[in-house]
Amino acid sequence: MKYVDEFRDATLARGLAQAIAAKVRCDRDYHLMEFCGGHTHAISRHGIHDLLPPNVHLIHGPGCPVCVLPIGRIDSAIALAQEHDVILCSYGDVLRVPASERRSLLKAKAAGADVRMVYSSLDALRIAQENPDREVVFFAIGFETTTPPTAVAIRQAKAMGLKNFTAFCNHVLTPAAIQGILESPELRQVGTVRLDGIIGPSHVSTVIGSRPYEFVAEQYQMPVVIAGFEPLDVMQSIFMLIRQINAGRAEVENEFTRAVDRDGNLKAQALMSEVLELRPAYEWRGLGVLPYSALRINAAYADFDAERRFSIPYRAVADHKGCECGVILRGVKKPRDCRLFGTVCTPENPMGSCMVSSEGACAAHYTYGRYRDYRDAAPTPKAVND
Amino acid sequence: MDDLRKRSNLRPLDWRQGRVDMTHGSGGRASAQLVDELFLRAFDNDWLRALNDQACFLVSSGRMVAATDSHVVSPLFFPGGDIGCLSVHGTINDVAMAGAKPLYLTAGFILEEGFPLRDLRRIVDSMAAAAREADVAVIAGDTKVVEQGKGDGVFITTTGIGVVPEGVHISGDRARPGDRILLSGTIGDHGVAIMSLREDLRFGTTVASDTAALHGLVASMVAAVPDIHCLRDPTRGGLATTLNEIAQQSGVGMRIRELPIPVRPQVKAACEFLGLDPLYVANEGKLVAICPPVEAERLLAAMQAHPLGVDAAIIGEVVEDSHHFVEMETAFGGRRMVDWLTGEQLPRIC
Amino acid sequence: MCLAVPVRVERLLDNEMAVVEMDGLRKEISLALVDGVREGDYVILHVGYALSRLDPEEAERTLALFAEFAGRLDGGGGTQP
Repeated sequence: MKYVDEFRDATLARGLAQAIAAKVRCDRDYHLMEFCGGHTHAISRHGIHDLLPPNVHLIHGPGCPVCVLPIGRIDSAIALAQEHDVILCSYGDVLRVPASERRSLLKAKAAGADVRMVYSSLDALRIAQENPDREVVFFAIGFETTTPPTAVAIRQAKAMGLKNFTAFCNHVLTPAAIQGILESPELRQVGTVRLDGIIGPSHVSTVIGSRPYEFVAEQYQMPVVIAGFEPLDVMQSIFMLIRQINAGRAEVENEFTRAVDRDGNLKAQALMSEVLELRPAYEWRGLGVLPYSALRINAAYADFDAERRFSIPYRAVADHKGCECGVILRGVKKPRDCRLFGTVCTPENPMGSCMVSSEGACAAHYTYGRYRDYRDAAPTPKAVND
Repeated sequence: MDDLRKRSNLRPLDWRQGRVDMTHGSGGRASAQLVDELFLRAFDNDWLRALNDQACFLVSSGRMVAATDSHVVSPLFFPGGDIGCLSVHGTINDVAMAGAKPLYLTAGFILEEGFPLRDLRRIVDSMAAAAREADVAVIAGDTKVVEQGKGDGVFITTTGIGVVPEGVHISGDRARPGDRILLSGTIGDHGVAIMSLREDLRFGTTVASDTAALHGLVASMVAAVPDIHCLRDPTRGGLATTLNEIAQQSGVGMRIRELPIPVRPQVKAACEFLGLDPLYVANEGKLVAICPPVEAERLLAAMQAHPLGVDAAIIGEVVEDSHHFVEMETAFGGRRMVDWLTGEQLPRIC
Repeated sequence: MCLAVPVRVERLLDNEMAVVEMDGLRKEISLALVDGVREGDYVILHVGYALSRLDPEEAERTLALFAEFAGRLDGGGGTQP
């Protein structure tokens, strides 16, 4: 596959692993957080941990939009399907997320609600066209990669004069998530959580550009490297971050130059601002309420807003008492620090969303990495030394 | 059977536009006509022609094997095969995974009222062809019809009977530390072929199901290496599930390498596109073999010499591990676990 | 929401749609988010839309950078120091 295989080459990986090993100083640790669910998955799936020196620590931040979606919003989606008899179109990942009382969209579907998995917002539009007598609601979630596709679908719905299509908008903003982490109490108090650098999201950055991260470097003196999607990109970005940290620099660097520039995708940005606007506040699972961190459909497109068409009361729902998803999302604890991890809470029976989405820190660790928890006494030899 | 038609004034079955109806399952004349014009004609052997409710056959001395499988695949027709040949291959393979020679099959059909006879004949003909090619006879069968809406067109259950040669002891609990793990060919073909036809995914691919009867391959493997410890075909849940099952049964761990595992470029692309892991995607014409280390090269050669094993590879070894973990060295050079499958693999968007 | 794959634009269609190809796999996707895409270009595909175009020269530059490190690993047999 072009632009894929070349960026997964094992020989190049060894080269980068060696370079990172040579670059790190032995008298300190490096704590790097990534904000992209795709990065969480790539790191786990390719086993990048084994190619890094032991004093480089990767923290999985809130880059998985399914994980930060509050339970109350999923309850609302289930209510739309069950009580309002709509055709609820949703991306696959959301279907199994546990909501209140152990319900989920998948369980609602099994009980007879018309919940349909779609690959694209265009599919939801098509379903609306094919079912003019039914209301169709598109459960729109995601960071800035998925937001423009929702905007396009809503615009097309208006152009087509569709009367039965609305979107339930839950789009969230990456810079706000980053700021939420940087402002979190554990970080601001020295000693609780160390964060030395940020691996910036890949595809979100193709849309928003590199400029929105500049406040991170300037206001928080935190280096950022925007990393491409493939494992070699991630390793190269780690190298670049370590280089910055050692030199005491705090800048935004771009490793993903083949797809990202400073401005981003202006057309996509224009489409988003045409259809959507900022919400003053939005509750994030694990991060609490963050100001100006999410989007809703604006007045010009009010006819396509599910929240205006249907009465969907929102009830904030707390996580299970023992669930540590919130602190895990903020990098305060690791999955194995959670009492429920691997016992009560497994991918088969997730208690919190970090375990449902395969990008969630807990699911990724459980599925790809939990064997390491049993081996901490006898460390696995690193591939770079093989 | 023309007597039957003359006696009962039954019109011949309308293969072009006819559909299954409730009378076809009631046991009366319409049922008999269906058996005669469809099943007997396709499978055509002495057992079925005897028209008894059972089939009588001689039992050789030694160990007999029985296996049964129900087939509910949707869609019924897919690139590379259909539910018919799949049901024959699947059960033959279950029998073959004991190292046994498959002898007989039975076939039970649950038909949905309204199912086109044209499609039914296509499926039955496909089954017959698969059985003939495998030199296995379908000696008994049954047909029931359920009301429209209560079935997915057709469900087929096949049971297979075989005999295990002397000196062959193949079982999932026989993997031992040091054993080598071999795979007969590319993974993910069947699952991707099926998924490409899903309404909600809509992608075009030339990947075809790998559905095939593996008993010939198994016979040549057992001839080369009688002391094969384990054989299993990685169907639902893919290679990952099969390896975890055997690890659990045998009380061992496994260490495999991603690089030697053969995956077709189109299958890889489909998995990238859908966010699936080929290790968990179903196969219907592949097998995993576990053998003592000294036999590995000979076994590999025997597999590669057979048309269904040309892409065979040694992919890892069995180790001691009280947790029964299956670990993999990734093509990238890192390590990860290959865990049990969780729920159904939904195409990932994230 | 980061599952995105690089795909080749095989054929442009009406209504801002295109057929893209990846190792023989084909899909119809929307080009509504990217202007000036030509047949033969590579784009990043996400939930049925092209998000941006891939710059082949930048890609080569990035790969050359990786190769530099690998070159040093092999004892300096690579491109530049």
